[in-house]
Amino acid sequence: MRGKAFKFGDNISTDHIAPGRLFHLRSNLEEFAKHVLEDADETFATRMQKGDFVVAGNNFGLGSSREHAPQIIKIAGVGAVIAKSFARIFYRNAINIGLLAIECDTDAIDAGDELDVDIEKGVITNITNGAVIQIEPIPPVMRKMLSDGGLVEHIKKHGDFKLND
Amino acid sequence: MGQTLAEKIISNHAGKNVKAGELVIAKVDVCAVQDGTGPLTVQEFKKLGKSKLNNPERTILFIDHASPSPRKELSNTHTVLREFSKEYGAVLSDVGAGVCHQRLVETFVNPGEILVGADSHTCTSGALGAFATGMGSTDIAVAMALGKTWLKVPSTFKIEVTGKFKPGICSKDLMLHLIGMIGADGATYRALEFCGDTIDNMEMSERFTLANMAVEAGAKAGLFVADDKTKAYLKSRGREDKFSSIKPDEDAIYERIIKINAEDIKHTVSCPHTVDNTKTVDELEKVKVDQVFIGTCTNGRIEDLRIVADILKGKKANPDVRLLICPASKDVYLKALDEGLINIFVDANAAILPPGCGPCVGVHAGTLADGEVCLATQNRNFQGRMGNTKGFIYLSSPYVAAYTALRGYISAE
Repeated sequence: MRGKAFKFGDNISTDHIAPGRLFHLRSNLEEFAKHVLEDADETFATRMQKGDFVVAGNNFGLGSSREHAPQIIKIAGVGAVIAKSFARIFYRNAINIGLLAIECDTDAIDAGDELDVDIEKGVITNITNGAVIQIEPIPPVMRKMLSDGGLVEHIKKHGDFKLND
Repeated sequence: MGQTLAEKIISNHAGKNVKAGELVIAKVDVCAVQDGTGPLTVQEFKKLGKSKLNNPERTILFIDHASPSPRKELSNTHTVLREFSKEYGAVLSDVGAGVCHQRLVETFVNPGEILVGADSHTCTSGALGAFATGMGSTDIAVAMALGKTWLKVPSTFKIEVTGKFKPGICSKDLMLHLIGMIGADGATYRALEFCGDTIDNMEMSERFTLANMAVEAGAKAGLFVADDKTKAYLKSRGREDKFSSIKPDEDAIYERIIKINAEDIKHTVSCPHTVDNTKTVDELEKVKVDQVFIGTCTNGRIEDLRIVADILKGKKANPDVRLLICPASKDVYLKALDEGLINIFVDANAAILPPGCGPCVGVHAGTLADGEVCLATQNRNFQGRMGNTKGFIYLSSPYVAAYTALRGYISAE
């Protein structure tokens, strides 16, 4: 996966990603996606191209349980969210809906850098500055969910939870 | 090997003894969604192709976040929940009934149970000795269909609080202090287990405040041992028969033990724009406020309103302050009417909002203007939280909120 990095700081909340003042767009996610991360970076949604990456610091996605936050990041076409750490509910939601959320050190990534993300090898190569970043292994339960296409597809496929194999 | 409270409750629902770090499938007792998350739950539930809910009597749909609805798009999503309730037999808690977390502890959740809710503050019910945690819409859709969910058993931070609070100090001050100490991600993935004589002596209303804000330290749950206070609370709500008490083992393994002396806690506020950006009131410069908001699942209970009424009685809010007061539920509202508290508030020039989330979610009622400052008793002060990224939100106890309304700047006297 290749794309450009859009850099954000620590503690990007679900209010930054999917603001409460746009509550009424929750029933129109395509429209909501045009405002994704608007309260952290007003121009992000218009500047990003499909496949680009959201790169952040610690505790990305803290706050509300609103699944609309990872949903509109996915619908906008973001290739993956790459952060030093994620808030628990956001991470779980991301995997449930099939949005790739990667944990790693993001200090060697600057805004506008070209990245190559290789999940199989577990590395991100920063093409712009040559840095090679190891990513935290994705937990098996998350791999399973992602490979099935998210939680709903997982349950439809197996008729029940089937996480331990 | 001994077990923590979280490990014990989850073990009882997983059909085997579990320990921190294990991935388990656990039976779920209660499922909850609200109007912000519920419509997406309904959509995902329908994709699962199940013709009925696993346990309709204990599947609750709350209309509290944009309640009553300020615009047609939201009215239409309310209709989705009302129709789903009729079609599948789920319980509906409609406009005017109150905030989901307050309604859940009042009426729906019992000690020892597992509650999953599509709202991050679902952890509030942990004060009853239940394992209660917030998840997303899809997770709840699956729990509603199958009556179970997957969980990673959390490790636990034991929060041991001893001694007596100084006069006017509330459990909110303690919680803001704790979050300031460990950080907004200080307990991510962990359960918090509260204990110590301060907790033993604490009324349920104050325990709910602590459990409610566990997620503001990143925690999955905030847990308490159900005791005589819990029993008395359940009795007052007409379900004493649902009382049971699970205690952690003496030799339970805790990832971290944090000891706090209650006497050291001062009036504490969270400053913009993160909950862990805490200061004591005496450390603040004179912070002028435009709005004071008292209510929410954190501090909108009758005990909170009594604290506020004691301070406001016979006085007027500062003329430069808009004072908004929102009882957390219909039952809280009725009690406040009975006790004459609403008269005191209205006489002090407060605007009373209908039970619900009020301005906390930034959807309606009390949106801040550019550059305005609000002091609120809610649990979050993220940028944009109250509907405007150019607003500034401070968080405090109801005690500090009441004095701030009188003075026009953040004050505890």
